[in-house]
Amino acid sequence: MRHEQVETNSALMLLLILAVISVGGLVEIVPLFSINETIEKVEGVRPNTPLEIRGRDIYIREGCYLCHSQMIRPFRDEWLRYGHYSLAAESQYDHPFQWGSKRTGPDLARVGGKYSNQWHVQHMKAPRSVVPQSIMPNYPWLLTNDLDYSDVADRMRALRATGVPYSVTQQEYDANVKKFGPAIADQFDIGKAEDSLLKEARDKNFDGVPGQITEMDALVAYLQSLGAMVDFTKYDEGYFATFR
Amino acid sequence: MAQSSALPAEQYNFDIVRRFMIVAMVYGVLGMAVGLYIACELAWPFLNFDIPAITFGRLRPVHTSLVIFGFGGSALFATSYYIVQRTCQARLAFPWLAEFTFWGWTGGVALGVITYMAGFSQGKEYAEFEWPLDIAITVVWVCYILVYVETVRRRSQPHIYVANWFFMAFLLAVALLHIFNNISVPSGLLKSYSIYPGVQDAMIQWWYGHNAVGFFLTAAFLGMMYYFVPKQAGRPVYSYRLSIIHFWALIFLYMWAGGHHLHWTALPDWVSTLSATFSILLLMPSWGGMINGIMTLSGAWDKLRSDPIMLFLITSLSFYGMSTFEGPLMSLKSVNALSHYTDWTIGHVHSGALGWVALVSFGSFYHLMPRLYETRMYSQTLIYVHFWLATIGIVLYITSMWIAGIGQGLMLRGFDDYGNLAYTFIETVEFMHTPYIWRALGGAFFVAGALVMVYNMVMTVRAARIERVALEAKLAAKLAKA
Repeated sequence: MRHEQVETNSALMLLLILAVISVGGLVEIVPLFSINETIEKVEGVRPNTPLEIRGRDIYIREGCYLCHSQMIRPFRDEWLRYGHYSLAAESQYDHPFQWGSKRTGPDLARVGGKYSNQWHVQHMKAPRSVVPQSIMPNYPWLLTNDLDYSDVADRMRALRATGVPYSVTQQEYDANVKKFGPAIADQFDIGKAEDSLLKEARDKNFDGVPGQITEMDALVAYLQSLGAMVDFTKYDEGYFATFR
Repeated sequence: MAQSSALPAEQYNFDIVRRFMIVAMVYGVLGMAVGLYIACELAWPFLNFDIPAITFGRLRPVHTSLVIFGFGGSALFATSYYIVQRTCQARLAFPWLAEFTFWGWTGGVALGVITYMAGFSQGKEYAEFEWPLDIAITVVWVCYILVYVETVRRRSQPHIYVANWFFMAFLLAVALLHIFNNISVPSGLLKSYSIYPGVQDAMIQWWYGHNAVGFFLTAAFLGMMYYFVPKQAGRPVYSYRLSIIHFWALIFLYMWAGGHHLHWTALPDWVSTLSATFSILLLMPSWGGMINGIMTLSGAWDKLRSDPIMLFLITSLSFYGMSTFEGPLMSLKSVNALSHYTDWTIGHVHSGALGWVALVSFGSFYHLMPRLYETRMYSQTLIYVHFWLATIGIVLYITSMWIAGIGQGLMLRGFDDYGNLAYTFIETVEFMHTPYIWRALGGAFFVAGALVMVYNMVMTVRAARIERVALEAKLAAKLAKA
């Protein structure tokens, strides 16, 4: 075919363009959905609890992902600084992913359990009061804003539609009991979403403010859940390597 | 041909071109000013003032959306609507639809940045618009395609000029990317969750993100280049054959390269290796475009001395060549291990965005101004002033980001004699303070240049109006006498 034919026929040109630009995406993206070769089989990774969902939403609202990554790479310095490199399995319930692309601040993939709740609250309120050289903005309003949890069930329903195993039916609930244990399965029950959220916030009181459930409760709950779900002593490193 | 005796301004729809150009400058100055402000926030964090709407995390998408979609997008609407009419010698098709793309696009961008500041975001970089806006943008885009393609179909000569190939690839690719990356499940009016989980979401996001660069900020601006460089130089494109080869190669290869944003992550290795391979191959068509543009000037190099618009265009191509060399370099896994997550990436993006996208747009606008307003630019000197402010700004920006990025990368992987980490993370933050100040200064230069341009444009339009009034008065006087 001579190029003259293409450049004198707009329909043909559009068709050829469409064909040419489709190849790369098809070859690279479609196979990723064959989960068996993309995602490691590990125990312990679970979706977020209702309170953590709200925390993650606030994380996205404030644009935290623009300065903090959640993806540890397999290098010695990152291992020493942050811990074991991140697995695909660890973000299998993340919609959207929050791996980030820039570390203006440190990686947060395994920040869970690293600092106390109190530290997080103080750090969020006034970062420079705990890390003098920090350039992070202050987030004092997280501590004064009441958490809006009125639509948490809607949010869980939407996430369920994307494939996160929050339960509506008894059958789904039973499956969750089997997979995550009864305590967590209860929290994944969309019908009880609000109660679960309130219970977690009251029991653990992440923000240290008694009697008030603030956005800080949710955000700290989310941060404390990051990266501590997989017990790496149970797995052979060679197994993870087969997924890379 | 009866049409050719008419003035271009009457034969073609230039009104929409003018308006898109003005909007591009308004959004451009706003977006660059926000960029400057958030650069200052990184140097002096008190500037966040504990006000949610202006913290770095919320303003950063405001900056990227205003400059990419507000400035870049409107510049593309303006120039593509101009180019398609001139090269096809046909008036813009479906005037009402074209009018709708103007209000839809400018309104969409405005609503988008307002919602970001209010805290509504999809949480995917460069695709932060929430779902109702995504749908609105899709509708506007489809109308854009209809207007554009129909105008091409109404062309009064058999061949489709090369600039239009690039615009057509851009139109189709951006539709494809935007739709697939934004598929999500809403939970409310302004909240939704991406349909894809973790690793797949990451790959689709960067397939989108990289090709937003490849098609929105590269292919389409090459279309702009293929019209305005030959026009301003008064010479034909250097090589017709090269333009065919590098066009098809560019649009084919770009779509494979997105995975290089995910080197060393939980994305399977085969994808990132494949992406790196194609990223390196991409150097060839990229430089094909640069060579074709710069060599168009061969035999007329003296224009660089006498024509400031040519300076803008040729310098933009040089930055294009530089950043498309730097890109493949950074896509090598070993380099990426150091550069990823650092300001080197930010510097790279800006050498493309400021050096290539913005300079080629400015050059094209300077070319357009006299033609759209049937007058001369108010001041040639101010075009030179703008050029030097912009160029100095870019150089300050990218060198400070090289220092910040490479410096931080080296510090983070430094070990002492005992095998312990040599630096804590916060020590690298401290180190970056000085480069951050220089970067902000570079940004200030660039914004200042854009403001000079706005002044120059405003004065030109005013002069054109006065000239027109005088001319009409003269005509009326003549008629009265006769």
